[in-house]
Amino acid sequence: MGEENKVILHGMWASPFSKRVELALKLKGIPFEYVEEDLKNKSAEILHYNPVHKKIPVLVHNGKPIAESLVILEYIDETWKNNPRFLPQDPYKRARVRFWTSFVQQHLFETMFTVVKTDGEAQEKAVKELLEKLQVLEEGIKEFFPDGNICIDSNNVGLLDLVLLSVFGPYNVQEEVLGIKIIDMEKTPLVYSWLRAINQLPLVKESIPPHDKLAAVLKFMRENALKSSSA
Amino acid sequence: MDEVKLFGFWPSPFSRRVIWALKLKGVNYEYIEEDIPYNKSDLLLQYNPVHKKIPVLVHGGKPIAESLVILEYIDEVWPHNPLLPKDAYERSVARFWAKFIDEKTRTLWEFFQKSGEEQEKAIKNNFEILRTIEEYGLGDKKFFGGDRIGVADLVFGMVIHMLVPLEEVVGVKFIKADTFPRLHAWMKNFSEQPTIKDNVPDHSKVVDFLKTIDFWIGP
Repeated sequence: MGEENKVILHGMWASPFSKRVELALKLKGIPFEYVEEDLKNKSAEILHYNPVHKKIPVLVHNGKPIAESLVILEYIDETWKNNPRFLPQDPYKRARVRFWTSFVQQHLFETMFTVVKTDGEAQEKAVKELLEKLQVLEEGIKEFFPDGNICIDSNNVGLLDLVLLSVFGPYNVQEEVLGIKIIDMEKTPLVYSWLRAINQLPLVKESIPPHDKLAAVLKFMRENALKSSSA
Repeated sequence: MDEVKLFGFWPSPFSRRVIWALKLKGVNYEYIEEDIPYNKSDLLLQYNPVHKKIPVLVHGGKPIAESLVILEYIDEVWPHNPLLPKDAYERSVARFWAKFIDEKTRTLWEFFQKSGEEQEKAIKNNFEILRTIEEYGLGDKKFFGGDRIGVADLVFGMVIHMLVPLEEVVGVKFIKADTFPRLHAWMKNFSEQPTIKDNVPDHSKVVDFLKTIDFWIGP
């Protein structure tokens, strides 16, 4: 690859934030070098490119670093203007996509995280909150699928699809490890169908890590969190 | 048809940053003061059913919620006096800092809510946050946006109308010429900008408000 337009993604295979950027690059057909970071032993590059957070993902384009996955996704969309466009052209529609993306990221993801890290009453409370918020999402996304038809292909995948996928794409794994039903076909039929549609995309199928590997990571995270909270 | 309305709350920094954006761009709008938190209007609940919060911008009857989303919308619909740079990389830097400052300024409140050892910890944390913002965010620039006020400046602007009154109530001062020289200079430059100067809530009003609130006005 020539030096011009050199793209490097510093990521971590199990991170949803990293995965969404990786998929974005693949969907747009952008050639890139991938650097797998060991989060327990962060590289000098990560510390240099993201001194504020010291986190992945970091996208480096022509030597210039961009951090924060949602910022990166907007950058990618503005720099490589081919399909799929992650955001619509109309400012109001863009605002709606950004609003719901923020909802999925700040509310659903955070609550999901709490469900993973807690047990007993605290977990019950978080699960209740999660299911309530999924209902809110179910209602909210009707504006994107007004006739209930979900038609997602590699040409029209957007920001919200990518973020939803990174949070709930592996819901089978989450449900198995936690022993809780999260994406219920009857309670949230639109969200269920939407996730199915995104998960069927060829590029998504080939990018998702194996079920067992993801389950092991999730179990490990949960065990660690429960151990340290009871210590 | 194209009328603009803003549902806000006068001491809220989230509300304030949207007011500044509209004023900087000379956009005419109707302002609706909401009685937060115990008496929200039916219209607000209708326009923001998901979060039931201010600020909400309504343009031609269509509502937009979440202050950072609103700022991007304003910049796209009224592109003169831009709040974001044209270059995609510079935009990503501006967005990074708007987001970082937005998240961290919520934490800046904690020293006001806590006491004893926890308050000391919160105060120490504030110094660290401000140090990061000064060194990596502002650097040697006049504004976060460079020569002109940008979106990150509007978000950091809470320090002039909210942090200063919080400091007064608690009795501690963070941004001084010797502790944070660049942030200190920023505060002067930002607050002297005519549009900002004319649109800042009255300091003693905010102090009185802080002394009487019994709820957390974070989002």
